Amino acid sequence: MATLTAPQLETDRPTPTPIEKVSIIISKGSFESVYPGLIMANGARMEGIEANVFFTFFGMDAINTKRNASMKVATVGNPGLHLPTWLGALPGVSALVTRMFNREMEKLDIPPIPEFLELLSDSGARLFACKATVDMFHLTKKDFIPQLEDIITVGQFYEMAAGGEIIFT
Amino acid sequence: MTDLLTLDLDRDAEGFLQQPEQWNREIGIAIARECGIAEMTARHWQVCEFMRNTYLANGAAPSIRTLGKESGVTVKELYQLFPKGPAKLAAKIGGIPKPHGCI
Repeated sequence: MATLTAPQLETDRPTPTPIEKVSIIISKGSFESVYPGLIMANGARMEGIEANVFFTFFGMDAINTKRNASMKVATVGNPGLHLPTWLGALPGVSALVTRMFNREMEKLDIPPIPEFLELLSDSGARLFACKATVDMFHLTKKDFIPQLEDIITVGQFYEMAAGGEIIFT
Repeated sequence: MTDLLTLDLDRDAEGFLQQPEQWNREIGIAIARECGIAEMTARHWQVCEFMRNTYLANGAAPSIRTLGKESGVTVKELYQLFPKGPAKLAAKIGGIPKPHGCI
């Protein structure tokens, strides 16, 4: 009978080239969907890696000044939370869970979303909004944080991302 | 000029000192030069010393957010002083182990 052997690891592989640029797309509009992208972008800058963040669809709430201070954790349709759906749907539950997350984040010195965006911009990360979404939601540059550099098309995004890694969240 | 190779320093693979007590300013200047910072200005020192003192006091290096708020140097200036990553470089030059936080 044929026996299966474990694949050999290539030990003489050349050292991989370090990442020099990342372009992160934030496409979802809940608290827990926005933070990972922001943390990844900040982490990139902290390593001296160039970072672009592109906000699209509901992810754009993160840069909308009327909405970004009050983003909530999705307590319905979020199996990772291990909350029964009926409980997650009760009034106030989403706000309560969000408050708990905020408290834990503060302990780790992770800033609230508006402050986080300032930190990112001061760190040299570039922030962009998606033109198609801006048009669809009838928004203008005035609806967004002052740190937003520009509203750009998908084509412009790819141009900007050239030569780097793209991360979709 | 301090030659790091002639000293018996306990450094990790990336060059972070593992024993902060082995550090002095001359070593800091030599590490800075290794990292491409030719001249350590008073502003550079302010950040490195804040980093080092916070580590020595708390056992953990401050986050970039705390650096920007409490070191007396803004986040913008931090990145001008240390373009390749302020927290990491200031820790290395300040003679403390590599910071482990994600922020």
